Amino acid sequence: MSGIIKKISMLRTGSKHERSEKSLRGRSSIVLRVYRANKAVGDSAHYDTFDVPIQRWTTVLDALLYAKSYKDTSIGIRYSCRMASCGSCGMKINGIPRLACYTNVSEMESGVISCEPLTNFPLIRDLVTDFHQFFSHHKSVRPYIINQNADLRDRKELSEFIQSPRDVDEYLQSSYCIKCGLCYSACPTVATDTKFPGPQALAQAYRYSADTRDTGSREDMKAIDDKHGIWRCHFAGSCSSVCPKGVDPALGIQLLRGHMMSFSKHNKKIAELKHHSHGNQIT
Amino acid sequence: MRTSNRRGLFKTAEEDRNNREGLKGWLNPARYGWERVSYWLQRLTGLFLLIYFIGHIYETSSLTGGAGAWNAMLQFTETPWGHLFLILVIGTSTYHSTNGIRLIFTEAGRGLGRPGRPDYPYDALSLNYRQKSGIWIALILAAVAMFYGGNVLFGGD
Repeated sequence: MSGIIKKISMLRTGSKHERSEKSLRGRSSIVLRVYRANKAVGDSAHYDTFDVPIQRWTTVLDALLYAKSYKDTSIGIRYSCRMASCGSCGMKINGIPRLACYTNVSEMESGVISCEPLTNFPLIRDLVTDFHQFFSHHKSVRPYIINQNADLRDRKELSEFIQSPRDVDEYLQSSYCIKCGLCYSACPTVATDTKFPGPQALAQAYRYSADTRDTGSREDMKAIDDKHGIWRCHFAGSCSSVCPKGVDPALGIQLLRGHMMSFSKHNKKIAELKHHSHGNQIT
Repeated sequence: MRTSNRRGLFKTAEEDRNNREGLKGWLNPARYGWERVSYWLQRLTGLFLLIYFIGHIYETSSLTGGAGAWNAMLQFTETPWGHLFLILVIGTSTYHSTNGIRLIFTEAGRGLGRPGRPDYPYDALSLNYRQKSGIWIALILAAVAMFYGGNVLFGGD
């Protein structure tokens, strides 16, 4: 019973960044448990543990790179920018999908940090997963502006859309998506339904549906208006809970669903198009 | 890296299920917050009520066998365990319906707020206290209904 109470008390009702850092204060090292598996060579899944020295500013990615540099160079990990912009280093850290570069070790509640590959993504090796299905779903919602009135290929005729700040606010946060896949990994529907596009793709459907520059929202609806589409979302909210960029996919999905069910007005005013001719300036 | 020329919502369905969480994905509710607990409870109570509904149809169908068969069937619930089961039915149906009403509004885009410009630390607008209050109210109502039901069932003449 006390275990259940402890788990419930750990439920985060506020920001993840509001949690105290006191658990690791005074600690000079942590134990890193890293999931290892390489099915291509018949290597079965197991965990390797590494003692890693830490500073107050050490992130989980720093700790992993320390282990890779000085303990075991064969650890498979994908990363790039180290500043939560590229979305490459997504993994499950202590059971929750997070960006390794955006997670300070002092945020963790114990001195043992487990790193596992993102679930719901096919595993390639160790902490590296295959994003092929994820990007297929992303492409299926046609995540780009469709506007027949603006010929974006004609480089001599520049087109400019007029949007108010309020128009921009409707979709701006959804456009901050870095496609890290954390929401896809946390979603309980994605866990069981391979046809479900997932929160990321659906949030992008909302993003272009809400954009006044886009006139192709009806076609986008066809891609997700399916029994395996947007209707499979049951608002578990986990996608928004783990999103490192504040995209809030759950919000976009519910708003889009409200539009599709005509619970909310969707009389989107298409942005006015302004043409500029700069013929000789374009090279 | 696996290669494929398949694209689109439906064609990706044939992909393998390697590393999918499956049912384990929703059987552990204590990782993501109250909304995930609510999702888990809504599913569990829904499954429980489905099983109860099937049993209830079987129970009431005994009426076709006459008063004797009906009274014999009622004996199943006239025990302490039968009462506990009925209290569970009261609690689950109260929670499922109350939380379901919240979800009807939520899934229609109501009570979530308007999208805006996210600022650090990026607290999700959709996981606001209106939603959490709805979950807590559903839990409290279920507890009150169970307490009242228990009082009637166990405290009767």
